[in-house]
Amino acid sequence: MALFEAQGLHKRFGDHVVLEEINLAFEEHKLSGIMGPNGAGKTTCFNVLTGRYKPDRGRVVFDGIDITGKSPGAIAKMGISRSFQVMNVFDEYTALDNVLLAVPEVRRRGLHILYDLTNDTQSNDKAEQILAKVGLVGKERVLASDLSYGERRALEIGIALAAEPRILFLDEPTAGLGTEATAKLADMVDRIKEGVTIVIIEHEMNFLFRISDVINVIQWGQVVAVGTPDELRANPWVQASNLGKLA
Amino acid sequence: MRHMIAITSNWFTPQMLVAFAIFGTLPLWLEGVGLYSYIGLEVLIWIIFALGFNLLLGYTGLPSFGHGAFLGIGGYAMGWFQINVAPNLWLGLLFAIAITALFGAAVALFISHRRGIYFALLTLAFGQVFFFVASKWTTLTGGEDGMLNIARLPADFGFVSFSLQHNYALYYFTFAVFVVTVLVLWRLVNSPFGKVIKAIKQNEMRVGFLGYNVYFFKWAVFTISCAVTGLAGGLFAMAQEGAYVQVMSLQWSGIIVLMTLIGGGFVSFWGALIGTVVYYLARDILGTFTETWLLWYGLMFMLVVMFKPEGIAGMWQDGVAYLNRRRGAGIPPVAVEPARE
Repeated sequence: MALFEAQGLHKRFGDHVVLEEINLAFEEHKLSGIMGPNGAGKTTCFNVLTGRYKPDRGRVVFDGIDITGKSPGAIAKMGISRSFQVMNVFDEYTALDNVLLAVPEVRRRGLHILYDLTNDTQSNDKAEQILAKVGLVGKERVLASDLSYGERRALEIGIALAAEPRILFLDEPTAGLGTEATAKLADMVDRIKEGVTIVIIEHEMNFLFRISDVINVIQWGQVVAVGTPDELRANPWVQASNLGKLA
Repeated sequence: MRHMIAITSNWFTPQMLVAFAIFGTLPLWLEGVGLYSYIGLEVLIWIIFALGFNLLLGYTGLPSFGHGAFLGIGGYAMGWFQINVAPNLWLGLLFAIAITALFGAAVALFISHRRGIYFALLTLAFGQVFFFVASKWTTLTGGEDGMLNIARLPADFGFVSFSLQHNYALYYFTFAVFVVTVLVLWRLVNSPFGKVIKAIKQNEMRVGFLGYNVYFFKWAVFTISCAVTGLAGGLFAMAQEGAYVQVMSLQWSGIIVLMTLIGGGFVSFWGALIGTVVYYLARDILGTFTETWLLWYGLMFMLVVMFKPEGIAGMWQDGVAYLNRRRGAGIPPVAVEPARE
């Protein structure tokens, strides 16, 4: 049984149908990719899966529990975390504080007025380990606004990872990155995928085909193909489309 | 021992001690510089108000244009309690805090799901509703005439009682309240709660995706801010020996915004304090030279917004950073998070 499932998702904005009939299943401890051309509905799909939008029809099921329409906060608390295509870090905080805020122990103490985070060595250590995992060693005390673009991308993933998710959704993590930075990111994803189920939306096909166990192809608001990277390369529909050339 | 030092330094900072020293000794030198005892009292009360307001504006990024209403509610609550229930300073102040927090909590229920201009307009609308009700409900508030004969009740500790009739006596009582307020708010903004509200200011959506209940945090911070404002309102009613509807007007709600922004509440805990002092200095010193002091104050606000939105505290921080660069010693190789002192 899949850890996370989307069943018959439908989402429209006014007259524009963005998701027609989306069915997805993400297996535990696998890295699943979602690819598709611009405007295919990938990000809307992510937003529905993670609670930002409520679907007009269909269900989202996580570990056997129906989470359709739950708030992002409630979904996050269940162990579902995400990063964003548009950078969403806390610019006025250091890299360490960005990650610290997402650590579950810190979240649980969100209302503790007498609690001093600077003396919480356990949470600080955890945040530092996360930063090391995403390649930001030595940048702990640097303001997020002073990090380079690639470092901010890594921090974005670090924040999502710090929440100790059971499933991690990454929305176009390579957006705006060059070849070298994309290769570094692929290495980083390889490092973090131990013990966490990952779902990635990506338009960078080489990246996606390198790291994914399973790839879902979305077009016109529907899943048009599913398979391993090798299966998809051999898929006649993918070969006939522009996506096939990229893969 | 090191742990104790860390805790102590988190509770008390050099800036805090400087503020306590200045305001603790103020009665000793205030008249020497040509000012008068009541101004010190009023400034200190408005600093408490501004510190509470800055929790909302500077720390959470929520602009309230109706906070004067809560100052008025605190004043009326204090007066009503001592006239109709019991002439007790402690219970009166607690009642003022509780009632204002209750009103704030009720308003926050309606507005906490909003942000930006919608949040601001709703606070303005609620503020105007309270102002209108207070103006017309003459049997309770005294309407335009105000609620008169609010006494400066003695500070009774059981074994000893202090009269607060004299301005300086009430000043020192207010100073004690100020010290406690600063310590509590400082702890609050440096706690995980403070971290979350500052994060809400920077990126509300992301905070929600981290599993925090953003609505609740906004509700809580609005309520706490109103509670502090109610405390200031109760003290203000005692200082004025009456509670008046004018403080609930849009103009007074606007002034607390100006004070906080000019002082630099967005970048410093002390911005609200600095802004309050600057406002009163402008009013009482500039006001002796020209009746149009408010015009000049308004121009100063425009200049700050145009050229240095971080306010006076921001200028101070820039100056310190510049001096550090020139000294070239002890400078971190990269920018680090400002201490928000």
